[in-house]
Amino acid sequence: MKILGISAYYHDSAACLVIDGEIIAAAQEERFTRIKHDPGFPCQAITYCLAEAGIAPQDVDHVVFYDKPFLKFERLLETYLAFAPRGFSSFVTSLPVWIKDKLFQKTVIAHALKDLWGKGVDWESRLLFSEHHLSHAASAFFPSPFESAAVLTMDGVGEWTTTSLAVGQGNTLSVHKEIHFPHSLGLLYSALTSYTGFKVNSGEYKVMGLAPYGAPTYAKLIKDHLIDIKDDGSFALDMSYFNYCTGLTMTNAKFDALFGGPPRQQESTLTQREMDLAASIQAVTEEVVLKLAKGIARSTGQKNLCLAGGVALNCVANGKLLRENVFERLWIQPAAGDAGGAVGAALGAYHIMLGKPRDVPKGLDGMKGAYLGPAFSSHAITESLTRCGAVFTTLSDDEVIEHTAQALADGKAIGWMSGRMEFGPRALGARSILADPRSPAMQKLLNLKVKYRESFRPFAPSVLRENVGAWFEMDVDSPYMLLVADVARDKRRAMTADEQALFGIDKLNVPRSTIPAVTHVDYSARVQTVHRETNPRYHRLIQRFNELTGCPVVVNTSFNVRGEPIVCSPEDAFRCFMGTELDVLVVGTAFLRKAEQHASLTANYKENYALD
Amino acid sequence: MGFLKELWAFLRVRKKLWLAPIFVVLVLLGGLLILAQGSVIAPFVYTLF
Repeated sequence: MKILGISAYYHDSAACLVIDGEIIAAAQEERFTRIKHDPGFPCQAITYCLAEAGIAPQDVDHVVFYDKPFLKFERLLETYLAFAPRGFSSFVTSLPVWIKDKLFQKTVIAHALKDLWGKGVDWESRLLFSEHHLSHAASAFFPSPFESAAVLTMDGVGEWTTTSLAVGQGNTLSVHKEIHFPHSLGLLYSALTSYTGFKVNSGEYKVMGLAPYGAPTYAKLIKDHLIDIKDDGSFALDMSYFNYCTGLTMTNAKFDALFGGPPRQQESTLTQREMDLAASIQAVTEEVVLKLAKGIARSTGQKNLCLAGGVALNCVANGKLLRENVFERLWIQPAAGDAGGAVGAALGAYHIMLGKPRDVPKGLDGMKGAYLGPAFSSHAITESLTRCGAVFTTLSDDEVIEHTAQALADGKAIGWMSGRMEFGPRALGARSILADPRSPAMQKLLNLKVKYRESFRPFAPSVLRENVGAWFEMDVDSPYMLLVADVARDKRRAMTADEQALFGIDKLNVPRSTIPAVTHVDYSARVQTVHRETNPRYHRLIQRFNELTGCPVVVNTSFNVRGEPIVCSPEDAFRCFMGTELDVLVVGTAFLRKAEQHASLTANYKENYALD
Repeated sequence: MGFLKELWAFLRVRKKLWLAPIFVVLVLLGGLLILAQGSVIAPFVYTLF
């Protein structure tokens, strides 16, 4: 049975193909269209998924959309009614969009499929819809390595649900508890994201990265006024401080008054206030997540926990959850955001709607290391790079590993494109920028000259799974970079009294460990464990780097610049290479040095993309 | 027609039949707003408010 899952029309459109319960391919549309968070119908992602499996459109038994438009419209209507006459301007803005398109999504999707695949099949009859949080829950449980588990999903909002608790058992998933809109942990985080001057839906990572520079001085204020948290983690927001139900902004004047001033303007200077606000909302989020998890552990008696939904991308909270040992094992869907809804929609339809049995995935899990996107053959890479005018050498696989490890040890910044592209927001060693984490200047250099992003943002380490316990204070699998752990004590460097006294971003420039480029100001790191089973080539590279330097860790950041989707094809990789100060590019077995490229191909790259 | 059938079934299953009249009014209003974007109907819409 072949099922295609689709998420689209809001943000991060994606497609996923499941055949007989196995995830065969998944990709986000933004990687093909080069439009960040592309919300359009995922034509190219769908085309890729079918090509990967070598099947024709008529072979697809069902197409499943990841949420239910009627239910969402019901929520919109009831919300506007509850707040009327406030919210009229927002109502007038959104209603035509719904009447034109979103309400008739079944027809719209069927037409889009007809346009893509021709008129041979009545797609409306093969179209199914899955509830948004059920899609998230299915994406968290079915690919997990557990026979049974508690499943917690948290995000901004789906139809009505913002937080759900379910129990997965075999091929079933039963929802036990839900928290409904407008009470949403994701939207509370987004409100503070917006208030601190970052974009909603993309700036949340930045708030999380900014938090360790501050102190949670506003946490009490948030808990006293904005959110009422119960012992089991359930919560309610005081909506008089928020504007998202009726307006086009997240917060209102009462919110500004509570925090003593207007929101920070985007791209203006960051002050200690924003850092403290970030630390505060992060602390409150962690408290809610921990209480929810403890409540679930008590009420379900489950030993395993699966997480999905946008809030599950908060790896700092996940790391805390791990350290608290509330559950014996934790598994987090790597595409925890809406893109992953495509995976959940397809798997949910297969197991829940169609009642097909589930085999617990063997190995790490059913996500195949999240390497579910397109790969390019040597022939295709050679052809593409030649067309781009690149000067490159084709090496043997062993030579690629040797040359790349050597370049890393020499302090070069490397664009690394290898094998199938990752699915989800993280680069995991298939479309990554790699560097030596031992270099004290590397974090600043990569931020300002390669990624063109804010200098406060930390980088993440990729570490060999077998060495993670020696370098970080954790010894579990973290293949998807979704757990934060502290750098091992013996690798840390004690800061002097003067350095300790530094505040905020000044502290960033102080080397705090033997791997300063991946050590955040609070000694934490967002760890990716690299496994021989899922990415043998990347594993070999780090192993060789370890032999050369004694360090089994490399800096791993996504292969893109600020505002750009992660590269997908060899052309994308070459363009990004020539537009940034990367020293070396590896595409499959093609090896390129910047110094050997034609100067005329250097592009002014960073202005091509709107800031995120 | 299929759309209306599905919408009716949805409202029944959700026990939200009370939403039906509001739904109809809003769809009409929304339709007017869309048409008003084409400007020919705009003067007619203004008289409604």
